[in-house]
Amino acid sequence: MATASDREALSGVKDDYQYGFSKPEEYVFKARKGLNHEVIDQMCDMKNEPDWMREFRHRSLDIFLSKPMPTWGADLSGIDFDDIYYYIKPTEKQGKSWDDIPASIKDTFDRLGIPEAERKFLAGVGAQYESEVVYHSLQEQWTKLGVIFLDTDSGLREHEDVFKEYFGSIIPPSDNKFAALNSAVWSGGSFLYVPKGVQVDIPLQAYFRINAQNMGQFERTLIIVEEGASVHYVEGCTAPIYASDSLHSAVVEIIIKDGGRCRYTTIQNWSNNVYNLVTKRARADKGATMEWVDANLGSKVTMKYPAVYMMGPKAHGEILSIAFAGRGQTLDAGGKVVHGAPNTSSKIISKSISKNGGRASYRGLLKVAKGATGSKSTVVCDALLLDDHSRSDTYPYIEIDEQDVQVGHEASVSKVNEEQLFYLMSRGLGEEEAATMIVSGFIEPMVKELPMEYAVEMNRLIQLQMEGSIG
Amino acid sequence: MTSELVIKDLHATVDDGAKAVLKGVNLTIRQGEVHALMGPNGSGKSTLSNAIMGHPHYQVTSGDILLDGESILEMEPNERARLGLFLAFQYPVAVPGVSMANFLRTAVSNVRGYTDQPMVSDNNRPGMVGSNLMPMREFRNELLSKMDEFHVDRSFAKRYLNEGFSGGEKKRVEILQMAMLQPKIAIMDETDSGLDIDALRVVSDGVNKLAGPGLGILLITHYQRILNYVQPDFVHVFFDGRIVISGGAELAHELEAKGYQWVKDEFGEAELVKA
Repeated sequence: MATASDREALSGVKDDYQYGFSKPEEYVFKARKGLNHEVIDQMCDMKNEPDWMREFRHRSLDIFLSKPMPTWGADLSGIDFDDIYYYIKPTEKQGKSWDDIPASIKDTFDRLGIPEAERKFLAGVGAQYESEVVYHSLQEQWTKLGVIFLDTDSGLREHEDVFKEYFGSIIPPSDNKFAALNSAVWSGGSFLYVPKGVQVDIPLQAYFRINAQNMGQFERTLIIVEEGASVHYVEGCTAPIYASDSLHSAVVEIIIKDGGRCRYTTIQNWSNNVYNLVTKRARADKGATMEWVDANLGSKVTMKYPAVYMMGPKAHGEILSIAFAGRGQTLDAGGKVVHGAPNTSSKIISKSISKNGGRASYRGLLKVAKGATGSKSTVVCDALLLDDHSRSDTYPYIEIDEQDVQVGHEASVSKVNEEQLFYLMSRGLGEEEAATMIVSGFIEPMVKELPMEYAVEMNRLIQLQMEGSIG
Repeated sequence: MTSELVIKDLHATVDDGAKAVLKGVNLTIRQGEVHALMGPNGSGKSTLSNAIMGHPHYQVTSGDILLDGESILEMEPNERARLGLFLAFQYPVAVPGVSMANFLRTAVSNVRGYTDQPMVSDNNRPGMVGSNLMPMREFRNELLSKMDEFHVDRSFAKRYLNEGFSGGEKKRVEILQMAMLQPKIAIMDETDSGLDIDALRVVSDGVNKLAGPGLGILLITHYQRILNYVQPDFVHVFFDGRIVISGGAELAHELEAKGYQWVKDEFGEAELVKA
């Protein structure tokens, strides 16, 4: 049963649901576990999608079914594809009660200082109505500039031509099993279009989006940055995302035209039952810049390697990745840079932290194609182990088909240093506080790239992660 | 009440305990006193300072260390710091990514008891968790004025702790930390080593500024030269894990003139003579 305050939180969604489905309340959709072509047809009917999308989904499902489970990375044998709801009507999804949320998650919200309304949003039991006002005033500004920022379903409905041109062009369903799965059953995510020459000054935050569906299981994000335009998109937030669903498999495609810039910042902290298997890729044209800032905490298994394909001369790609693996967690993260044109440059910085037997791996690909002369790349991966039974691995793959290139790779693994601990403790810091400070310092080069409020929350989150890790 | 640190017949080993490094140290340091502890390399001086501060690699096997009558042997280093002990390190370690200001604010807040208070909101941002650190403005003012006083450039507030600092900068920052943490008893482990004459003067000036009725200092040194700038009340000669002679300032000059060979001859490993 929803409580009175839940109903209040939900009321905005039910009465004024402008980003939802055309006529959701007229369908009686029985959510069913498992995946087949019938489920896809029902989904397309519900969403009233064009035929080309229906065909795309069916084709993707065939690809998904035909591909074996990847075995080169983390152990995925715990995923039961038959025990998953592949499509749930958003209004049903929000029918959960606040009382259903585990106490540990509520406690973490308390300690992160997340306002009441946002907690419900994050826990998937309500809409983020307080932010609605902010979102609307921002949206007016964007609209004036010709910027389109919608959830992906609305993007398809309202801007089908642009959508169709780019959708699936960067990550085809055949890319990998989970990209195929997402292509078959995607819902939600963000659709962002920035017209030529437009600089969006403030970060666009999925966080502000009123639509709880944004954080769906199979969200699909498509970002197009036209020539000379720039944008910073921020997704997620530092509060733990409580998902009763155990599989999160998103796809993010980004196209940056000549001279454009895009930064995509992610901070995610999934609850510890979630398999987080995400495919993210950007194409950077001539002189364009793509930056991924990707922080991964929580989850049972995360596999995520944001990629930049530099397809025009002088394109630049950067990937900053943080992974924090605690007890029972495997975080397999890193990045891919592909130099497909001359004088392109890239940098990957990966920082991983493992504690309480957690396992964090860096897995990266650096590829320089034939003809990409004068390209430069630097890869730095640093791992920090907080105890003897945690583990860190590095899998750097390098494929270079061109002579005239500069490539650097550095890797380091360190343990929290006893001399550092003693030094800080001799100044009055408790052991845990000292260890937290060392860890915060370790990831500082990345945290300082985050927007202020995220940096503050990120540090707070590290404090929470570090609690109880000593002794 | 005048605080005092009493070291009683202290025996200690390093790590595996195979070799005794401290072999019965007796020393009392009161607030307001400056003690110089001089001795050759390898005599166990640094072991003594680490044992006093509670470094986990050093095990006290017998004897005691008391601060104002209470044994501190079972205390963690941070608890000792909160009681008013301070160790200026011979080799201060770098902590990358941690700014001096952030580190010092946290340290000062612990040592001065701010962290015992409940959290209060820092500002009016809704939903922000409060802080129980020393208020930012107050801390900043104090830090900047002390940086000026102890000749540490203000830009160091934002620099990462000891990272890329020269030897002299590290030692100056140790003195700055000591000034901020306001200990009752400070152990300065070879603070003078590796300094050129200008840096030595700056560091000595710092020590002299801090010395006074509220602070007891144990100045551990290999050389006599810092004693040209800092006037000790007591000088102790440390050899083979214990204090072999104690005296006034004149003992330092005697030691400088004669060298440590004289101590070795007199108190060689084989014959442990009571001083």
